[in-house]
Amino acid sequence: MTESTNSQRAAPPGENGAAPVNTPEGPVLEAPLTPPNPPNEKKVVRVGDRIFRTMATASGAFVVALIAAIGLFLLIRAIPALHANEANFLLSGRWETGDPEHLAFGIVDLAWITVASSVFALVLAMPVAAGIALFLTQYAPRVLARPFAYVVDLLAAVPSVIYGLWGALVLAPVLKPVAVWLNTNLGWIPIFGDGNVPADSGSNVFTAGIVLAVMILPIITGVAREVFARTPSAQIEGALALGATKWEVVRTTVWPFGRSGFVGGSMLGLGRALGETVALTVILSYTYEGPHYSIFDAGATFASRIALGSAEFNDNLTVGAYIAAGLVLFVSTFAVNALARWIESSSGRGKE
Amino acid sequence: MAKRLDIENLNLYYNKFHAVQDVSLQVHARSVTAFIGPSGCGKSTVLRSLNRMHEVVPGSRVEGRVLLDGENIYAPGVDPVQVRRTIGMVFQKANPFPTMSIRDNVVAGLKLAGEKNKRKLDEITERSLRGANLWEEVKDRLNKPGGGLSGGQQQRLCIARAIAVQPDVLLMDEPCSALDPISTLAIEDLIAELKKDYTIVIVTHNMQQAARVSDQTAFFNVAGVGQPGKLVEIGETGKIFSNPSQKATEDYISGRFG
Repeated sequence: MTESTNSQRAAPPGENGAAPVNTPEGPVLEAPLTPPNPPNEKKVVRVGDRIFRTMATASGAFVVALIAAIGLFLLIRAIPALHANEANFLLSGRWETGDPEHLAFGIVDLAWITVASSVFALVLAMPVAAGIALFLTQYAPRVLARPFAYVVDLLAAVPSVIYGLWGALVLAPVLKPVAVWLNTNLGWIPIFGDGNVPADSGSNVFTAGIVLAVMILPIITGVAREVFARTPSAQIEGALALGATKWEVVRTTVWPFGRSGFVGGSMLGLGRALGETVALTVILSYTYEGPHYSIFDAGATFASRIALGSAEFNDNLTVGAYIAAGLVLFVSTFAVNALARWIESSSGRGKE
Repeated sequence: MAKRLDIENLNLYYNKFHAVQDVSLQVHARSVTAFIGPSGCGKSTVLRSLNRMHEVVPGSRVEGRVLLDGENIYAPGVDPVQVRRTIGMVFQKANPFPTMSIRDNVVAGLKLAGEKNKRKLDEITERSLRGANLWEEVKDRLNKPGGGLSGGQQQRLCIARAIAVQPDVLLMDEPCSALDPISTLAIEDLIAELKKDYTIVIVTHNMQQAARVSDQTAFFNVAGVGQPGKLVEIGETGKIFSNPSQKATEDYISGRFG
């Protein structure tokens, strides 16, 4: 029993029947729980292991296949409509899909409303999320941090239609004077200029962006909280020992360490904002006038355009036009999410 | 610079746990004082209380006085940030700021204190790196990140960072425990040079190291798990290692426990 430490560990004390000393090294290492196995040339195969491995692999493969199938479905259905399209898909703002014989649709207007509301939301949400995450990880007393974080996470649990109603019925009237003030006093900056609906209508990108900001806040905060909390305590103590104040500790260690993770989390939030449907369908008023490239524009995003159009899904070519818009959304959210994951995964590297 | 420390009736707690009981000792200016003792005896906790780093741990508490040339650093109204600017610290694991260049690491403390003069910062960078015996190795790559240096170099960078602010006292918490023997020797040589200008307190698990670098040695011990650590004796290093007055010290030094 003294020749091999592995065999010694594998054999329960007092075992004397099948002396594991004689067992080859391999099987003993693989099967430490069943030392009485007779010496065996073949690799031991267990049914349970095999079933579990197959199930796990299949589940993983299923998700990948599902994503690929969705992409393929969108592509196959979109191509005929794109062929029949009489307008330039990428450069036109028209959306005339009522007559399948004369389809004319383009994504420029949809893209503007989608990107404007999402980016505006991101601009508002990022500093607030960074502030909340820093407060929770660095300043809040422990008893307070946990329930507070829970409340922030709860924001993600509110159904988006509720956000839509709140935005349209509660927030929009409150924001009217703000919107009018911005439009009147900062109107010389193009982004605050006159939109395609009056600034006091409330059902514009301005309101939509603020609601979206609230909706993506828990996503960004959650990611930021985790990366900030992972700051190595050795670095925090190093800064403290040099005579850094709380804020200087944040500036010299926590922020540089967590910055790229925070940006990654923000991209995740952006992906969420790009695809948000119901809230924006409720908030944004529909207009036939093209956008003026102001945050007081109204109109439709990719997602809300598709939701609004679901009533006319009766012809394959008409549906194809909407699916083509959906494909653009799918690809862009996919790209934004991939970017987010990449930024996040490369953030911790070489810092610990 | 180089001030003496007088520790009077120091009691340290983590929540309800009494970690260190009734420690009183003197640390002389321009000398090296080593704290030795078995794990859990409270020597690192005492060290961390000397620049008010102990209280960074939530729920910790300090009783007693620590006098820096007669001024109690725990007196009401004393700002712990100011204390840490005058009492520097080097940690067990080298912890340069990974996103900062070597130069920025060295002058990080000065920048925190508000020093902006570029020429002065450059002068101090060179002087501190020379003081830490690192200048020749890094002078051509001061703008490279500090994280790219070897473990021993990183630790000397941290020492350079600590002495850049010209502290009154330099605390070292097992500064060589993660280093190879050659890097350890480099740090020990450095300590011998630094004590001409600085008051140094070093915690070490390595008794040969304590014997080599220190002028006086304090032996801490703990009766058992959950018991507070206590100072057993403090004396001139030669005497502690050759003729200690306490039986526990002799047992520990001769390797009979710990």
